[in-house]
Amino acid sequence: MRRRLTRLTGVLLAALLVVGAAATAYAVDPTQLSDPKLQARYLALTHELRCMQCQNESLADSPVVLAADLRAEVRDMLLAGKSDDEIRAFMVARYGDFILFRPRFNARTAWVWLAPGVLLLVGALVCVRVLRQRAALLTDDSDPVEEDVQT
Amino acid sequence: MSRFLLPLAVFALLVVVLAIGIRHAPEKDIIASPLIGKPAPHFALPDLADPAHTVDSRSLTGRWYLFNVWGTWCFECRAEHDTLLEVRNAAIVPLVGLDWKDDDGEARAWLAQLGNPYQVVAVDHSGRAAIDWGVYGAPETFLVNPQGIVVYKYVGPLTHEVWTHDILPRVPGHPVAGS
Repeated sequence: MRRRLTRLTGVLLAALLVVGAAATAYAVDPTQLSDPKLQARYLALTHELRCMQCQNESLADSPVVLAADLRAEVRDMLLAGKSDDEIRAFMVARYGDFILFRPRFNARTAWVWLAPGVLLLVGALVCVRVLRQRAALLTDDSDPVEEDVQT
Repeated sequence: MSRFLLPLAVFALLVVVLAIGIRHAPEKDIIASPLIGKPAPHFALPDLADPAHTVDSRSLTGRWYLFNVWGTWCFECRAEHDTLLEVRNAAIVPLVGLDWKDDDGEARAWLAQLGNPYQVVAVDHSGRAAIDWGVYGAPETFLVNPQGIVVYKYVGPLTHEVWTHDILPRVPGHPVAGS
């Protein structure tokens, strides 16, 4: 019973945190587009574009004036019927690849995308080698394990 | 012995990568402008001295100029003001100002009090021109050549060193102007 109560409290606390986070997000950016599809694209775009002034915040979360100006640009371009790619291209032409939290794949950003795969491959190779060496050790050992323990 | 060689090599590689990262750390805050080598963005904005008059960036082509983004709300702009006056007094490259999201009256008072280093100041109330120039924090200074191409950008307060070491050598005919 007590356990169930603590779990319930946990769920409630988590819900409160989520609601709280959403509330602060709306406090920064009250923009509400009448078309729900445009609103969804607006939220997606402002969350994946970097605020150039605060740098670790997205446009959606940043309270600075420049972020508000850039959000207004995103909104106006959406209302003008621009595609997501056109809006991203507009931002990159002015602020460079740095404004994208998800950098596009090109010669300069290739290592960012490829490094995790390469590291995973290296790790897998090391793993296979270690396992093979251990397997080889076991077959070389001809003495039964039980006798080792008894002696 | 050889079983330590590979991890050691990996460790050495990691040290090299991190050392490069640390050495470049001071440049980390400065984001390379995608504008360099490209035509300066066009703008047509009111003149701070006479709002009825329009400053059109097309009228600026045909000669070198420094495009300086500032505002009276910007602390570091006050820090660079003496350097801007030095640039004006050198009379080699004219300064074109962009008063970014500012109050016209305060901007005029600022120039009257500290001295006006600008040949002309365009007023950007909406911040739209600043976005076109990829400005993310005042002060920022761009060097534009007679063909209207941006050749250099400096982020932060302009100093005597930046003016003499980074800007002047890029302007033909004025490779060195004292130290």
